[in-house]
Amino acid sequence: MSDDVDLSRRHFLGVATAVTGGVGAVFAAVPFLASWQPSARAQALGAPVEVDIGKLEPGAMVKVEWRGKPVWLLRRSDDMLDRVGKFADQLRDPDSEQPQQPDYAKNEFRSIKPEVLVVVGSCTHLGCSPIERFDVAPADLGPDWEGGFYCPCHGSTFDLAGRVYKGVPAPLNLAVPPHRYLSDSVVLIGADSGVA
Amino acid sequence: MSSSAQDTGSAVAGRQGGFYAWINKRFPLDRMLKEHVTEYYAPKNLNWWYVFGFLSMLVLVIQLVTGIFLTMSYKPSATEAFASVEYIMRDVEWGWLLRYMHSTGASLFFVVVYIHMFRALMYGSYKSPRELLWVIGMFIYLALAAEAFFGYLLPWGQMSYWGAQVIVSLAGAIPLVGESLVEWVRGDFFISDITLNRFFALHVIAVPLILVGLVVVHILALHEVGSNNPDGVEIKEKKGPDGKPLDGVPFHPYDTAKDLIAMIVFLIVFSAIVFFAPEMGGYFLEHANFEPADPLKTPEHIAPVWYFTPFYAVLRAVPDKLGGVILMGGAMLVLFFLPWLDRSPVKSLRYRGWMSKTALAAFVVSFIALGYLGTQPATGAYTVAARVFTVIYFAYFVLMPFYTKYDEVKPVPERVSHHG
Repeated sequence: MSDDVDLSRRHFLGVATAVTGGVGAVFAAVPFLASWQPSARAQALGAPVEVDIGKLEPGAMVKVEWRGKPVWLLRRSDDMLDRVGKFADQLRDPDSEQPQQPDYAKNEFRSIKPEVLVVVGSCTHLGCSPIERFDVAPADLGPDWEGGFYCPCHGSTFDLAGRVYKGVPAPLNLAVPPHRYLSDSVVLIGADSGVA
Repeated sequence: MSSSAQDTGSAVAGRQGGFYAWINKRFPLDRMLKEHVTEYYAPKNLNWWYVFGFLSMLVLVIQLVTGIFLTMSYKPSATEAFASVEYIMRDVEWGWLLRYMHSTGASLFFVVVYIHMFRALMYGSYKSPRELLWVIGMFIYLALAAEAFFGYLLPWGQMSYWGAQVIVSLAGAIPLVGESLVEWVRGDFFISDITLNRFFALHVIAVPLILVGLVVVHILALHEVGSNNPDGVEIKEKKGPDGKPLDGVPFHPYDTAKDLIAMIVFLIVFSAIVFFAPEMGGYFLEHANFEPADPLKTPEHIAPVWYFTPFYAVLRAVPDKLGGVILMGGAMLVLFFLPWLDRSPVKSLRYRGWMSKTALAAFVVSFIALGYLGTQPATGAYTVAARVFTVIYFAYFVLMPFYTKYDEVKPVPERVSHHG
């Protein structure tokens, strides 16, 4: 009796048990893995931010925090706008082909209003925060420097529209966050449609 | 049932004490001690390079004990973490000692593990039949790296924060899923309280459990295949009439006595650092980390702690994000394949030719040079040098099947040679 084992039946039952158990294990893993997603509170804290730039002088920049990242609002002077795009051939993505900005900022100055640049001030290489270097031809950055942003971590450079230069570690232009104007001087960062 | 009880009974016959026998009837204590300690035969020619495995376990114990006591005063929250570390340093009785032991232990853990791994490279300890032993060891190294990385965020200083920011962003280089993966790891849209809290859980319970488990598996695998030795001779092949290896000595008392000396020397060095140079000039505790984390302000210069700088230098040597990440990961993972890249008929460097010796020397130089370059800014000449040494680093592995095959080898003796 005991010698009379139906091996194929035993094999089938073994595989069936393993598959059922495996499926159960996968489903049981879902809550654990999903618990690592941003929580409801984290998502609420990531809500849009309002900034009043009415008093921002030409050439001045203000930094605000949105989702823990620095967002820069730079009111570019006419002179600065002239310098944007002067060296298009040295830029990696001069025409903003990469999806680093909403469609309404995919233009010459990468902004809704030409003079107001709104970008996330976090380097596209590894997330360090670049430093504003609006001075022309300083000693450390060389005679060709036309003003822009310089990342102290790994030396990535960006022009006055946040576009990355060639030959630096950062692969992409600085990201333009979703934003819109609530009035002439108030910008809402983090949302571009619907109610804030 | 009754026969196994008899076996155990006879195994402890001759030992005094009813309590020891009582235990052994219920738990294989005597059998385990014999198998792993008093009757585990290690080659008699093991030199001082062979104490670093034991020292790694010693540091593991130091880290576990000091770590447990640190958790009793540390607060894993973004608003309290930095201050709680200052509290440990200033207000907790002997708290400064616990913390300095833990921070010094972290660096010395990597010192002894790197030397332990170098020993394996030198004497071919990863070669058959010890491939799995090596692979398990590599998993321990990865777990240790993860443990160090998670732990480094906990003081919540500027370098903790931005170091974590840089490393977590690496996953973002993966096409398609990268960004959502980064968000999943952080649990937020940036490195935040949520990230700190989960890194704390990983650092104090998840990874240590894995680490201890892997260490047990590593030792079991070692005792199954037996220790290699500086001659690369398999001592199990020459056994005496009693069935014991002719060139073996019992681990206890011979190797335990030697390990004890190593432990004393190690603890002298350890104490000297803890008491006189716990920051080690910014290499063990980076200066920027004495400032609380500020998500809006990147430190002027970000460098990981010294034990990660060789890999960091590889990352920065590549002017492409994904390429850099792949190469950095490759620099660690390529070590897993060492047993199958090495085609040499002999294990130990003692019996290998000039090609293998030169290759290992070049590898060690490139590893140390990359380590130095990883602490320096990534500019001009430094970047060029990092690229050169990255090529040498990988050449050691990629060319290994060739130079180990064509290298001239000397005859390996039948028995181990007489050395200390």
